[in-house]
Amino acid sequence: MHKKIVSIVCIAVFAVGLLGGAAQAKLRVGMVFDVGGKGDQSFNDSAFRGLQWAAKDLGINHVEIEPGADADRETGLRMIASQGFDYVIGVGFLFEDAIRAVADEFPDIKFGIVDGFVPDKPNVASLRFREQDGSFLVGIIAAMKAQADGKDTVGFVGGMDIPLIHKFEAGYKAGVEYACADCKILSDYAGSAPSAFADPVKGKELALAQIDKGAYVIYHASGLTGAGVYEAGKEREVFVIGVDSNQNHLGYVEETADSFGLTSMLKQVDVAVYLSCKDVMDGSFEAGVREFGLKDSVKIGSDTYRGVYFAIDEYNEDLLTQDILDKVAEAEAKIISGEITVPSE
Amino acid sequence: MSGLYAILASAIRLAVPYTLAGLGGTYSERSGVVNIGLEGMMLTGAFTAVAAANLSGSPWLGLLAAIVAGMLLGFIHAIVCVSLKSNQIVSGVAINIFASGATVFFSWLLFNLTQIQLEGKLVVPFTSLPPILPLTVLIVIASHVILFKTTFGLRLRAVGEHPKAADTLGINVYKMRYMGVMISGGLGGLAGAFLSLEHAHYFVKGMSGGKGFIGMAAMIFGKWTAFGTAGAGLLFGLGEAISLRVSSVGIPPQFIDMIPYILTMFVLAGVVGRATAPAADGIPYEKE
Repeated sequence: MHKKIVSIVCIAVFAVGLLGGAAQAKLRVGMVFDVGGKGDQSFNDSAFRGLQWAAKDLGINHVEIEPGADADRETGLRMIASQGFDYVIGVGFLFEDAIRAVADEFPDIKFGIVDGFVPDKPNVASLRFREQDGSFLVGIIAAMKAQADGKDTVGFVGGMDIPLIHKFEAGYKAGVEYACADCKILSDYAGSAPSAFADPVKGKELALAQIDKGAYVIYHASGLTGAGVYEAGKEREVFVIGVDSNQNHLGYVEETADSFGLTSMLKQVDVAVYLSCKDVMDGSFEAGVREFGLKDSVKIGSDTYRGVYFAIDEYNEDLLTQDILDKVAEAEAKIISGEITVPSE
Repeated sequence: MSGLYAILASAIRLAVPYTLAGLGGTYSERSGVVNIGLEGMMLTGAFTAVAAANLSGSPWLGLLAAIVAGMLLGFIHAIVCVSLKSNQIVSGVAINIFASGATVFFSWLLFNLTQIQLEGKLVVPFTSLPPILPLTVLIVIASHVILFKTTFGLRLRAVGEHPKAADTLGINVYKMRYMGVMISGGLGGLAGAFLSLEHAHYFVKGMSGGKGFIGMAAMIFGKWTAFGTAGAGLLFGLGEAISLRVSSVGIPPQFIDMIPYILTMFVLAGVVGRATAPAADGIPYEKE
């Protein structure tokens, strides 16, 4: 469905941004968001946070566009590029075709595509993640939590049924098997269209179905659909693992002060956006595929953020026992050293 | 047995929005106005419900606000289609586009988010029962009575079948059509409130996801009757519930997703019974 009004507002904001940014010679970065858009408390917000870090730390200027319909993606990219921005980022794999088209038209401008795969353009960097590695770690947490409470089944709810989400699933399954060879893993996808990332009703029903089959921990990689998975978890008192951003708070039940957000697999789009902005600024920008994993990190203030990781905060620190954390740390070291190669499909 | 029970429970939950939207379509089309804007009315209802509930602190006010918002969109649709006699499909599509933009816009404006968690819970006082599901059963029964056993229902159907004859007999065609479309909008809003207030406890942008259209399919499959629409809604809900629970067995879920539309095409083609729309459905009435 179209979101003309949002588009128009964004264009207005964009125009204002241009006026403000034109005066200085700072690095100018433009960003076009994905389905879900700004405010999803997840993927897109994370990308936006990366821009904000870069603005604060590196002093870049930035504008953002939230596309409405499919065709708006390319229009948005072109609109920013034609204003002579230095670096233009498309957030999400859906931008592949649009970036390909626009990158040829503006050979002097650098482009980045988060989660996309455009390896053959001299001015496009594909910012990808080792989601399987982060998913492996949360898989260990899921399996050990289930075992500790005498259960043997864990679940996975994916959004759209595509290779990108299969990476999460594959890493998770490998992690579960690493910690508990006999555990059963249930796996379902919400659909085969982008709307599968924005269907909490379906997410809840899928999660309830898995819980009926015995799932004790459910890992979701389904964007906004995951809100429904959390609802099912809270209703049936089953643990949920979030994705992309730290979603632990979504599993908190206020009345009983119980927390069902076991952890979240962090896929720090912000780290990728920040590091790639830095590269453009330093002149060390490289086209081609770049993968962000456990090894890549950014220090903002006193916190260190990695390409992928898992979340610990006040909602789940009591749920993650030392046993679990030790096992995860052991696996993390093995992945970084190359002793464990996590499957990605 | 518990598995069967779980599938049935899931089917009933999934059937509620289809049934409510289908009934909404029935009231509108029985009065002679096609309301393809149900999808947008549902989305608006879903947003308004959570927004009003969170801002006022009362989920019941959220429920009421969703119905009012749906009726308001119905009122606009009626002005355009009944008074101004414009193309009803165009007006409906416009409402859908408006809703998909306006819900995101206001969601940003009011909450700075496009994913809003419902604070509090909508339950029948002194119990933990969800109210909209049983309400839907009552609405289905009431709609059957209203449409086929009351003067109001007879008049509503009359202006949808032969508005000129109804007009000749002193029935205010415009007034009846306004009422039909506004009831339709209210039910669409209620369907949206079910999604966000009772089922997901969240508003997420675009969360109606075509359910309004499936509701219209239920209406056609149910031959513009209350029980038929509810039955079709249940059938679609059951198909979806089964697909959610057997997807690991091997039927591609896409096939299950197609069921409502394929069944509707069969019905329209006259293969499974015949579906005859009200004779004046979609035709603006020109008073002479």
